[in-house]
Amino acid sequence: MVKRPDIDWEGAAVNPPGAEQAARVDAWFEEHVLPLEASLMQFLERNWRNASDVSDLRQEVYVRVYQAALKQIPEKPRQFLFATARNLLIDRVRHESVIPIEAASDLESLEIASDVPGPEHAAIARDELRRLQAALDHLPPRCRQALVLARIEDLSRTEIARTMGIAEITVSQYLTQGICALADTLAGKPPKPRRKT
Amino acid sequence: MSQPAFSPKSIDAEAASWIERRHFGPWSEADQAEFSEWLQRSIENRVAYLRLNSSWKRARRLAALPSARQSASPAQKSNTPLLMKVAAGFVVLTLAGWGSAYFLLQPRDRVFSTAVGGHETVTFSDGTRVELNTNTVLRARMTTDQRAVWLERGEAYFEVKHDPVHPFVVMIGNRRVTDLGTQFTVHREKKRMEVAVVQGRVWFDDPGRTSENGTLLTPGDVAVATASGTSVTRKSLQALTAELNWRQGLLVFDKTTLADVATAFNRYNRVKLVVKDPVAARVLVGGTFRANDVEDFARLAETVLGLRVRHTADGIEISH
Repeated sequence: MVKRPDIDWEGAAVNPPGAEQAARVDAWFEEHVLPLEASLMQFLERNWRNASDVSDLRQEVYVRVYQAALKQIPEKPRQFLFATARNLLIDRVRHESVIPIEAASDLESLEIASDVPGPEHAAIARDELRRLQAALDHLPPRCRQALVLARIEDLSRTEIARTMGIAEITVSQYLTQGICALADTLAGKPPKPRRKT
Repeated sequence: MSQPAFSPKSIDAEAASWIERRHFGPWSEADQAEFSEWLQRSIENRVAYLRLNSSWKRARRLAALPSARQSASPAQKSNTPLLMKVAAGFVVLTLAGWGSAYFLLQPRDRVFSTAVGGHETVTFSDGTRVELNTNTVLRARMTTDQRAVWLERGEAYFEVKHDPVHPFVVMIGNRRVTDLGTQFTVHREKKRMEVAVVQGRVWFDDPGRTSENGTLLTPGDVAVATASGTSVTRKSLQALTAELNWRQGLLVFDKTTLADVATAFNRYNRVKLVVKDPVAARVLVGGTFRANDVEDFARLAETVLGLRVRHTADGIEISH
């Protein structure tokens, strides 16, 4: 088996020298913002009529939050994230020619959760493995197989190609798709949605 | 530079492609430069990468679960809830762990030990290598259906031949380290137990406490367990490597206080370094020394650091 360096010193390869602030923001973003993604997606889905916009909205919320954090890291990440999301939706409503009525009314009375640790934090450790497993099970079979062989069995690209009987380039494609789908199923589409959206 | 001829349609696809390339390699400096440039090109790129890389890293944790492996073959999809499987696994392991702990020393157990200053390498029939540091006692039970060792005292470095069917288990007091394909060290000093992972990953838990779920440790993780609980910190690869220099019989210090230097030498030598003077205790020391040559260190302390060195009945006393 091909031995590859197994060390993932997070951030080490990401940040060029001198980018300490970016490294700090990266770490903060990963630790305090990304875990809230399931809530954020629920919020966006509930408050925006067009479900196909939601991923773009999420992305823009993240960009705004990250940009703000580069100047100063917000003290209350949860509150800041949802305030940013609300402001973005209000901006969008203003620019839309047709105002989605339900969005407008919801936004008026929108209450932002305080920074009491959300259920995500308490539940995350307990449910982490179950969530991961469920997310994995929801992936398209070939993507799942490629992901499991790469991440769990630790096989090289060549070994996965041989195991799955496909070309290496196809392994890369499955895996790339699998990485995207995993992030979506992990946060955006909880395996057992409690609320109908 | 080998780059997959794959045209990404969106930022997410680009970010995922970077993660894939970085994971599998080859990864040259040019790749790194290109990647850094891409990351810095826009915040959109950066947050997309952070988000995907975060779930990619999380997926690693599934490796601790045997059931995750089954997902590799889409045909066999089990309906047993995951937590049930985990719970069942814990029960079996717990019973095995405690059951065997009651037999203090079975005839098939073998005991390996080193004296103060000793250093020994043991290679088991399965290919697993264990290096014993100074003043260490290790009991091993290697049979066809069980691979377990008990670290009774001291420190050992493990290079385990991974076998998912027969996991290699290290018991340290009531704590258990289960190998998941790994190089790691275990250090026991009275009630304090330390596990540091160099490569691969291990599962660290207390089989006597079913309420505590245990922790997956990955490279750079250092878990310290005491009577009051377990904490995990991260060390740089450099720091970990420095601590493993005992494998070459060396002690490496970098801005280490003389008090800590003395503690380190005293683990390896019968002639003890004694530092009673509080001023001398705070002197910072750097350098590489032979662990078993305390005299050599004392000479350097005198000539280079300008400290006073006296040979007494207690050992070698260093003062300001």
